[in-house]
Amino acid sequence: MIQVVLPAHLRSLVGVNGAVALEIKGQVTQRAVLDAIEASYPMLCGTIRDRATRERRAFVRFFACGQDVSHELQDSPLPEAVAAGREPFLIVGAIAGG
Amino acid sequence: MSSVRVLVGTRKGAFILTSDGKRKKWTVDGPRFGGWEIYHMKGSPVNPDRLYASQCSGWFGQLVQRSDDGGKTWEPVGNAFTYDGVPGTHQWYDGKPHPWEFKRVWHLEPSLTDPEGVYAGVEDAALFRSGDGGKTWSELAGLRGHGSGPHWQPGAGGMCLHTILLDPTNPGRMFIAISAAGAFRTDDGAKTWRPINRGLRSEYIPDPNAEVGHCVHRIAMHPSRPNVLFMQKHWDVMRSDDGGDSWREVSGNLPSDFGFPIEVHAHEPETIYVVPIKSDSEHYPPEGKLRVYRSRTGGNEWAALTKGLPQRDCFVNVLRDAMAVDSLDSCGVYFGTTGGQVYASADGGDAWTPIVRDLPAVLSVEVQTLP
Repeated sequence: MIQVVLPAHLRSLVGVNGAVALEIKGQVTQRAVLDAIEASYPMLCGTIRDRATRERRAFVRFFACGQDVSHELQDSPLPEAVAAGREPFLIVGAIAGG
Repeated sequence: MSSVRVLVGTRKGAFILTSDGKRKKWTVDGPRFGGWEIYHMKGSPVNPDRLYASQCSGWFGQLVQRSDDGGKTWEPVGNAFTYDGVPGTHQWYDGKPHPWEFKRVWHLEPSLTDPEGVYAGVEDAALFRSGDGGKTWSELAGLRGHGSGPHWQPGAGGMCLHTILLDPTNPGRMFIAISAAGAFRTDDGAKTWRPINRGLRSEYIPDPNAEVGHCVHRIAMHPSRPNVLFMQKHWDVMRSDDGGDSWREVSGNLPSDFGFPIEVHAHEPETIYVVPIKSDSEHYPPEGKLRVYRSRTGGNEWAALTKGLPQRDCFVNVLRDAMAVDSLDSCGVYFGTTGGQVYASADGGDAWTPIVRDLPAVLSVEVQTLP
């Protein structure tokens, strides 16, 4: 099971407190993680990535093993520690404002 | 005994204010959806416990929430707003073509007859309808497709469809308004539309009398007289007595004819309310005095309503969807400010009291009168 940590506003939306555990068959990529989380929580469709283009929303970032992987290809494998569930995949609302 | 439920959308969440029919003691519930912008909330006239809310965020986009118990609990419903076919282009601020892009829902208008039916006015301007309680949405594409769409241009606040008026006597007739395109009417259930802007004059656009391009801020109607419309435009307060076919100015003695909301008394179709704002670049009341102006003659002759409202050092704004009336006797009038106050008058505007003073900036106010 991989572990996904949602930003606070999306945790409230789906009604969870901690990380979300997801089972992913096959290669663990950004796309696979997002497909799985949207399948488990349909209300998240459109909140992390655009519904039509499937691109990451501008003020959302992805982190894995301390690295910003937001600009990695969606089908690139995530780090083995994330795929094995030892490290979480972090979905973060960007610090934006002033 | 009757009661009143005031639905308040703010920059950082939703609040529900309730009182009995005396409207003296209020309960404040909220925030719901804390941290999210709630552009609008409105209840179904068929089933008042069915509420819809537009919830959005610069980070996480658009959601639509629905409640079936008067706002105690909510569930997210559909948020797929897909333009019909190839969306095409409208004009950008520089006059160049710009593709239509969905940004947010400004206004939700529940059906007058079907609790599962609800319309959504969105930015970039388009009209959507759901027939399943907000789960799925379809564009009523005749509006954007009637011909003038490619010439529409955003106002400073975006190109939003912010007003939806349903004619209670004619299911096929509907009025909508868009900033900064103007007002439009359908007579065949949203299949075909036409601009209804004759008589509007906007000095700030290339052709002041153009068929489209006017920055309409809000339209109001009394349900007993759906052919009579009142409009607060970017500048000018206007009136139509023929369902929008023609308009005439009724700004009269207002200290400023700029403003955002306009509302009609629940029992007196010739009594209307506006909140004058100093100018389009100074979004606060003239002289720092927050005054609602009431006309009992359908315009032209206006009187300032000041009792209970701050008459010095007040520099808040009242946004277009942030004023509403209840249908009790006597009529209650409500408005919210960008300073977070929600004011109520239980006597048609003669005297005002703040229900709550320190909410986030208020985006919208709707009122339900409950049995």
